[in-house]
Amino acid sequence: MPVKYSIHPHEALPRFKPIIRSGIIAWEEGCLKCAVCVKKRCVYKVYDQRQLDGRQMLDSIDVLCKDCYRCVQGCPARLINKALSPSYSQIGDDLFTPEVIVKTWAQATTGKIPVSGAGYGGVFSGNGFDSMWTDMSEIVRPTRDGIHGREYISTGVDLGRKELYLSISRDGSCKLPSHPTVKLELPVLFKTPSFGAVKKPFFAGIAAAAKKLLTQAIIPAAMIDKTFNPYLAHVIPSLNAKTRLNPALLKKVSLVELSDHKDVMKQMAAVKKAAPKSAVIIRVALNRKSAARCLQLARAGAGILHLEGLDSGREKEPKNGRYLKDVITEVHFALVTASVRDTVRLIFSGGMAMAEHVAKSIICGADAVAADLALLVGVECMLCRGCEKGLSCPVSLEDVESGWTTQRIINLMCAWHNQLLEISGAMGIRDIRRIRGERGRAMFFEDLERQTFAALGNKIAGK
Amino acid sequence: MYSSDKPFIPPQVRETPTRFRNAFGKYRVHRTDACNASGQCISACKLGVNKKAGSRVVSPNDYRCLGPECPMACFDTCPQKAIVIRKDPNFDTLGDYRWTPDLLLSTYYMAETGKIPDSGLEYRTGGTGGGFDKLRIVFPKTSKKIIPGEVDTSIRLNRLDDGRPEVEIPIPVYGGGMSFGSVSISAMLGRMRAAAAWGTFACTGEGGYPDEIKPYDDHVITQIATGLFGVREETIQRVRIVEFKYAQGAKPGLGGHLLGDKVTPAVARMREAVVGSSLFSPFPFHSVYSVEDHKKHIDWIKTTNRRALVSVKVSTPTDVDMVAVGSYYAGAHIVHLDGSYGGTGAAPDIAKKNIAMPIEYAVPIVHRFLVAEGIRDKVTLIASGGVRTPHDLIKIIALGADGVVTGTADMVAMECLRCHNCESGRGCARGIATTDTELVNLMEIEWAAQRIINLFTAWRTEIQRILAKMGLSSVRELVGRTEFLAHDDYQTAPLDADVE
Repeated sequence: MPVKYSIHPHEALPRFKPIIRSGIIAWEEGCLKCAVCVKKRCVYKVYDQRQLDGRQMLDSIDVLCKDCYRCVQGCPARLINKALSPSYSQIGDDLFTPEVIVKTWAQATTGKIPVSGAGYGGVFSGNGFDSMWTDMSEIVRPTRDGIHGREYISTGVDLGRKELYLSISRDGSCKLPSHPTVKLELPVLFKTPSFGAVKKPFFAGIAAAAKKLLTQAIIPAAMIDKTFNPYLAHVIPSLNAKTRLNPALLKKVSLVELSDHKDVMKQMAAVKKAAPKSAVIIRVALNRKSAARCLQLARAGAGILHLEGLDSGREKEPKNGRYLKDVITEVHFALVTASVRDTVRLIFSGGMAMAEHVAKSIICGADAVAADLALLVGVECMLCRGCEKGLSCPVSLEDVESGWTTQRIINLMCAWHNQLLEISGAMGIRDIRRIRGERGRAMFFEDLERQTFAALGNKIAGK
Repeated sequence: MYSSDKPFIPPQVRETPTRFRNAFGKYRVHRTDACNASGQCISACKLGVNKKAGSRVVSPNDYRCLGPECPMACFDTCPQKAIVIRKDPNFDTLGDYRWTPDLLLSTYYMAETGKIPDSGLEYRTGGTGGGFDKLRIVFPKTSKKIIPGEVDTSIRLNRLDDGRPEVEIPIPVYGGGMSFGSVSISAMLGRMRAAAAWGTFACTGEGGYPDEIKPYDDHVITQIATGLFGVREETIQRVRIVEFKYAQGAKPGLGGHLLGDKVTPAVARMREAVVGSSLFSPFPFHSVYSVEDHKKHIDWIKTTNRRALVSVKVSTPTDVDMVAVGSYYAGAHIVHLDGSYGGTGAAPDIAKKNIAMPIEYAVPIVHRFLVAEGIRDKVTLIASGGVRTPHDLIKIIALGADGVVTGTADMVAMECLRCHNCESGRGCARGIATTDTELVNLMEIEWAAQRIINLFTAWRTEIQRILAKMGLSSVRELVGRTEFLAHDDYQTAPLDADVE
């Protein structure tokens, strides 16, 4: 049996006090000075842990309070109240909601998957990936001793072109295809975020994490200097049409990324000539034309396509951009219908905010995804985008150290990996590749609504 | 034991206020120094908000206050204009989309008084923006005059006609599995007592059968889950219903999850496990990999206990219809579907949100399939996983279920406020989902039982009112009657119909 892939987290403490949804406000005026104050009886010792005199403390907007409301309900003068934290609702956006950000911080700190008591408290469904549920299997199960047992669920994926058949020449000799293949143990690559006050140590930290995690980090070629030397086998230099090829660098890496342009296949040939052992990724914009373009490239001999969407989790269209869930499906099935899907590997990026987005992307037809903003959030970014306006970063991202970044990203990916195992295990599969394009192993809001609610009795014309 | 021969006498409601000093309310009543204790506000308010305390007037019950819109308007009656009504600052910090502050407070009210709240709280739906919360109950014009108090709310649990006892419960509700360990013995006993008082059942969950619940044997469903914790032949022989838990809606496809902190010596003894070590139940049953294996399990129970009914609790995958039909052919009396938004003592967030479908979709799929298969009247179809209110109950029965199982609603009756911290450390700081020796003392069994009794009294009153308004004389007539429903996004009710 092959060695089991596992990630070992180590606590990497945050530099700033995390933001929480609500805190405690306690008023002193009217205090009865009870002999035993409810603050002293806090189950979680919130008041003691702050090392403040309970009687003098006015507020406690911090992470220690666990919302049991015992002090609120116990104070004889009703002087203790909970209040929503104004900064909580302001962080993030529609995709990286305050809850997602706070949970990402916690995962990057501890490496543990978010576990909680009581049922789901969120909305019924939402946009994009929030409008699908993954399948489970009532009795079939891959492993007999639990998903963390001796048998294991593979999350690995191979990147590289695959020919569908062998070609035999007239003289009967068989021409074996010699496409380099790179194995990732995690179906998540890293890529540089579209914004962020981070500097080189952050990117070096990501490259180091990619090496540790046996995945790859896509970094603009111009940024790669000797700092990256120890991790080059896990760094993907990203080139555009005008970037001059650096054969010395290309020979040290396993994968090279080229942004799409009309002569990209020529550029790919040049790269292959300079570095025959490196596989080539072509980065294509994810939009209404990408299915057709991918088909063209696959037929022309491309092996790995990286389809890049927007940070918002939508395709790159000026308006009414569809969510990745739908665009991934479109591209995947266009290639399936043309019988070329198996020749290429598809990586999707744009708005991969949570572990569930990885699994759901794969179900829609991706081979792997690339995370970007999630990595920034991993090092405490609040996505305020102030840096884009030239404002100083409230969490000093320019100062993050590369070792700390590496550990935070390893922790985050450890939690994502374990969540992928939970989802795969629930479906009864042992290999994440088995669910690629298996839309039948998911349930979609629009289908279920049509079957259930749209078909209810009280139909009114025009509705 | 309840049987249809003699009329069922519902348990008595007794006012059971909060265990804590300050109850949660939507408003707070403040008095300025101008108050001269005239006492006019005391006579103005029929809800008993204001009271005399020595020479002063105070408002210990302002959690019942209806706010500035109140028609009794003590604030206007006050000659000194000394009363100021403000929103309770804590109100907006409570709850979540499923259990909004309004739903929590109205459930507290029902558990305290046994009545449906009349205080303007939205007690029917939550704020999830889908499923139950977008379904409306439609009342077509009817000429039938039905007296609400006479509406039959009982359901049959055995429809197989297999010589085993007919079991009927007077309300279409029983209590879902909560194990000893995940909840305290007081919470467990409170639920069992309430179930007995209501002539229905409550399930042990998978944590064994504590001796303390033996007096309630006739109202206990004992669960056999994959961990087989505390399952003995003798415990199976005691009860009238045995439940096989294949999966749980909150964590479908994953086993049970009891974190080490909660495995106290008592819990460890009951589960035959080691103190302080986390208990992960495997998934699935390692002896079940097919419907044939499943039948073998059911046969085993039926042989061990000749009078027991068998319930099969499953989650809601894509092929939930096949699972249900397979369970029936294997010999189950009850098919219990647990939808993906159900409760849990601990589960990965990714599972709670993403895996398997909500119960609102699964019930009609299964109902239609069983009808097409010609076996619908042989199966008791029970739904759970997010049934929070009597309105959710009506909606899911109209979609095709026979009855429901509750869990979180019982917890909220016992003053759970969904802080989501049941799983770690000493467990529930409010003394419900904990085995911590100090915290369990926060709740009295008597109190817990009465709160749940009151809750279901309110539910039953509301169910009877709705059914009577529909022109139905029994809850059994409602099963699968989707003409009583409309969804905000797709239908509007006929113009002459009333909608709630």
